[in-house]
Formats: sequence, structure tokens, C-alpha cells
Amino acid sequence: MSFLLFQSSLVIYICSTAAYFVFFFTRKTRIRRISRLIFTVAFLVHTANIIVRATETGHTPIVSHHETVTFFSWSVACCYLSFRWRYTVKNLGVFISTLVLALMFVAAFSSRVAIPLPPMMQSWWLPVHASVTLFADGFLAIACIGGIMYLLQERELKQKRFGLFYSRLPSLESLDKLNHHCLSIGFPLYTLGLITGSLWAKQAWGAYWHWDPKETWSLVTWFLYAATVHQRFTVGWRGRRVAILSIIAFLSILFTLWGISFLLEGIHTYVA
Amino acid sequence: MSRDAIVLLGVNHKTTPLAVREKLALSAGYEDPLRSLGQLSLINEYYLLSTCNRVEVLFTCRHVEQAQQLVMTTLFGSAITEGEIDKYVYRYENIEAVEHLFLVAASLDSMIVGEAQILGQLKEAYRYAAKAGSTGFVLNKLLHKSFSVAKRVRTETRIGAHAVSVSYAAVELARKIFGELAGKKVMLVGAGEMAELAAEHLVGQGVEEVVVANRTLQRAVQLARCYNGRAVSLEELVDQLLYVDIIISSTGSPDLILTKKDVRPVMRERRNRPLFFIDIAVPRDLDPAINTLDNVYLYDVDDLMHVVEMNKTERDREAIKAQRIIAEEKLKFGKWLSSIESTPTIIQLRSTIEQHVRFEVEKTMGRIGDMDGAAQQSLEKMIAAITSKVLYPPLHFLKSESHHTSLPERIKTVRELFLLDRNKDDQEMS
Repeated sequence: MSFLLFQSSLVIYICSTAAYFVFFFTRKTRIRRISRLIFTVAFLVHTANIIVRATETGHTPIVSHHETVTFFSWSVACCYLSFRWRYTVKNLGVFISTLVLALMFVAAFSSRVAIPLPPMMQSWWLPVHASVTLFADGFLAIACIGGIMYLLQERELKQKRFGLFYSRLPSLESLDKLNHHCLSIGFPLYTLGLITGSLWAKQAWGAYWHWDPKETWSLVTWFLYAATVHQRFTVGWRGRRVAILSIIAFLSILFTLWGISFLLEGIHTYVA
Repeated sequence: MSRDAIVLLGVNHKTTPLAVREKLALSAGYEDPLRSLGQLSLINEYYLLSTCNRVEVLFTCRHVEQAQQLVMTTLFGSAITEGEIDKYVYRYENIEAVEHLFLVAASLDSMIVGEAQILGQLKEAYRYAAKAGSTGFVLNKLLHKSFSVAKRVRTETRIGAHAVSVSYAAVELARKIFGELAGKKVMLVGAGEMAELAAEHLVGQGVEEVVVANRTLQRAVQLARCYNGRAVSLEELVDQLLYVDIIISSTGSPDLILTKKDVRPVMRERRNRPLFFIDIAVPRDLDPAINTLDNVYLYDVDDLMHVVEMNKTERDREAIKAQRIIAEEKLKFGKWLSSIESTPTIIQLRSTIEQHVRFEVEKTMGRIGDMDGAAQQSLEKMIAAITSKVLYPPLHFLKSESHHTSLPERIKTVRELFLLDRNKDDQEMS
């Protein structure tokens, strides 16, 4: 059942991304409305998929790789929709839907077998730690996308060669604001994720910190974001430098999520 | 018999030099000219439009030549000579007048094609005309249609999306950098026409303050007063960079007045809030290397021209789409016009035929009014049925488009066939 929902949400996401691309090139407002609608429908089906999966496996579905990436893409979509109605960033949808779709494909190609949860992992910390962290990742992903859009737009403005993006992307100011918004929500959430993780580790394994590769990389990522936030909010960096930092830091998140599991061994490896 | 002609007379920036347009502009408002047009019995409906780039009068009348002369003398009196009228004033009639009005409303006839102001001006002029009660059945329909055509052009094409003047290109770039311009401050360094124009546009976009720096402080104070801004001397230039966001420079100075070295420390103090420099001076005032600083954008005249050129090609492409929309709407309106042309004939024809039928029915059956309900009803039904049966061929003839004859000719034929133009006595005798 959850698999059926997963597949249908994947298909609807494909439609919505295609519609967003059509809008990106033709700039017909009617198509934007349609693609938003499709995206929202896909999100709702996706939500249903996660809920059904949770009842099927009997625990929060953020354990296997498939589940984690599914939840990650859901959180990106959720973060996007959460402030979509508060303020619009022109053509952000096409980038977000592409990312969500890419993550859904990754999830589709990984094993859907439900992993039984070892007894020591059965704790309330699982939903708290995992969902908080993945929500933080969602906001930080949008910060990264905003950074990419900023760099594209800034390049055309600086070089005075106006191509595909100049008229399609929003103003630098609104992209910078997007970064500000996402960092100021994403970073505290990420910090919270780290703290809850360490509390859970104490409960499960008896120590707050193990220095296993995943934890180490999370800390590295945290420091990267701390630096970004510091430069942004106290030193007053903005624009290009913050955009680049946000992109680098997000790459570090991706490495924490995937690189570690495939390259290095550690106690976190059963997850993701 | 047939309907009034729709006539549009006017001058615009394309046909007429400013010196003549100035004389014709209705600078005192619409009320008085509308009232004096109201005195004329030759014209029925009328409407006036006067903007900086055009003066147009639209009216309906029977006798075009006489009406034109009368309207011109009433409106402009001795301001324009006979020769000038022939030379400058354009006249469009009927469907051409409709097309011209649509083009004006959709801003395809404007000096800056695609600018949005004209529609507002058109609507305001219409408000005055409506208040004076000077527009009727035809012009009301026509003007409302022109508003909706303009709206259609605006939503279906991107004609208004492109800045096609240097000063407006500056505004467009500023909006790509700052988003909203409300709350931003602009500084004019030196005072040239183009700089003032750009400042004007920026103020129109909600810029909060205008600061003017000039070599002679007196000129700066004068200019600052225009925008409710403040004046500073050229020596304060670098200090002012802390407070302003957009700098438009157009001094006659032969050397650079601002270099990268001057700007770099300012950015730190500004906490990297973006700065946008526009250098429209030749030779240039600002060091091109300024553009390499983070969050600082520098555009000179050539760069702006480049934006303008790019937008022009884009806009011309959109203008073609807009022309197509207008051609469509013109066709539709033309159909409506010809439909009202035949309306009086159709009404007359119907009532004549019905009268005949009723006359014959009552001759045989007695007065319908005296009968009981059911009989009366069925006889009325019969009268209506016979009338429409008889009416069908001539109506079909009037409305079909495949004829080789024009509509006025067809109307004439129908009128002759059914003796519609005979006076009452003749008809009764027949």
C-alpha cells in the first residue's frame, strides 16, 4: 500500500516538475497555477505514503535508506510549501521540484525492505532526532538552492550578459532574504538535531559522543553552518559569499547522509 | 437610415511637432471643451483625450466634412491654421477609428511602446465624458471595448515587461538588484537630463530620498527641491555612499571622481548592503574596476544601451502578437457595428410585416382584444409565426456574409423590396 502511494507520488512529482519547467520557459501564469496545484497534490500523496509506511513498519519510517531519503524529500517539499504562501520567490518552484524529484528517484532505487528496529533503538528519540534533523536538512537544502539561484543571477548582472536567467530569476535581494530565512530556521533546527542525537546516544549506548564518522561529519557540517551564520549575522556578509558558503555546507550535509555510509563504516550505518 | 459615422481626429507625437501639440493640448481640463462640443447639433456622441503626446477627439456624426470643420474650430479656434490642420491632423473613420483607438489603448501607438500610463489617461478622459453625458450607445461600447482590448494585450503578451529607454533600463536593473525600491535612496552626482529622467523614474517606483551632489551647490539645491531631497557638495561624495543605495553619475568631469579604493572601505561599513552605480557621463566618472567589488554593481552608458537593445527586440516580438490581438478585436467590433447598421431596418421590417398580418387576421376574425384567453393566445402565436416565416428570407439575405454586395447595398435592396422608405400614406394605399 505504502509502495503504491510512493509510486503515485513519484509520478505526480514528475508531472509537476515537467509543468514547472514548461512554466519556466514559457512564463505563462496559468501553467504556474497548474504546476503548484500538481505539486501540492504530490505532496499530499507523499504525506499519506509516509503515514501508511509508519503504520506498516510499526515505527517512524526514518530507518532504512529508502525511508530516510523519502522523508528528506518530503521535508524539502514541506519547508517549501510552509513559506510559499507567506512570500513568493519567483521560479523557486522549478528548482525545488527538481530537487524533490531527484531525491524521490534516489529513494525509488534503494531497497524498500523494512528494517526491523533493534530493541535499543526503540525510543522516542527516534522520531524526534531523525525528523528534526531532516527538517533542518530541508530548510538548508532550500538555502542551498537559493544560493545557486543567487549565483546564477549575480553572474548575469555582473557580467552584463543577460541570458536565460536574468528575466526569470527574482531579484538578488529576495534571494538573499530567502537565504536569511532558511538559515535562521535551518541552523537552530540542525543544532537541536545534534543535541537530541547526542542525548539519544547516551540513552542507547551510554555515551553522549562516539566520534564515529557520521557524528564527526555532522559536527563538521555544524561548524560550517555556524561559520556561515556567524559571518552573515555578525560580520554582515551577504550575497555571493554567503551563497557559496550555503552551497558548500549543504554538500557537507549530503556527504554526511550518503558519503559516510558508502565510504566509511560506523555505528550509524544501519541508518541511511 | 444607416448609422452615424465614427470619426477620430487627432495629432500625436509621430505626426506633429511638439510646438503644434502644445498649442492644441487641452490644458484647462476636459469640462469646458466637452461643454462647447455639446452645443454642436451636427455631432451626436463625442469624447476627448489630451495627453502630453496626443490630442484626440472621437465623435459620431452624419456629415463628416462639415462636422470635422465645426469640431476643429470649436475646440481649437485660431490656435491652428487651416494649413496646419491639413498637414498634421489625422482623420480615421469607422473601423479605422476603432483600430486606432485600440492601438492607443494597448499602448502600441505610444512614444514608449508598452507603457502602462496611457490606459489610465484614457479611462480618466472617459470618466469626464461620461460625467458630461457626451457618450452614448456606440462610443460607450467602443471605449469599454478598447479598455478590455488593452487588458487582453497586457495579459496575453509581455509588451509592458521591457524597459526600452536608458533611464528606464536603469530602473529595471535596480529592481533586479534591490527587489522593491521603496525605502531605497538615490544620489544624483552632477545634473544632466538623462540623470534627472532616471531619478524621476526611480521616484515613481517609490524611492525614499533623492540626494543631489553638484559642483555648484546652488544648482544642487535647486534640483534637490524638485524631488524634496537634499543637496550636498561634491566633497562629501564618499561619505554619502554610506547612506545611499543607487548612485547616478553624470558630471562633466574629465577624470574619474570615484575609484575602487574609495568604495571598498565603504562596503565594510555598509555591512555589504548592495550599491548600484550608474555612470552616464562621457567621459566616464566612475572607475570600471568598481564593478569587481562584491555586492557592488556598476553600469555605464554602453551597458545600459545594451539592455535597451535587448529589450527592444524582445518587445518588437511581443508587439506583433499584440497587433494580431487588435486585428482580431477590430474584426469583432466591425461585425457588431454592421449588425447595428441593419438593426433599424430589421425592426422596421418586422413591425411592418406584423402589422400587415394582424390587419388581415383582424379583418377576418374580428378584434383580437375581444376574444377569450385561449383563442387570443393561439392567434397571437400564429401572427408571430407567420411574421417570422416571412421575415426569414430577407433577414437571411441581410446577415449572410457570402454575398458579393456590401451590407449597405443589401440594406437598400431590402428597404426597396419591402417599400420601407415610402411614407405612411403611400403604404396605407398599397
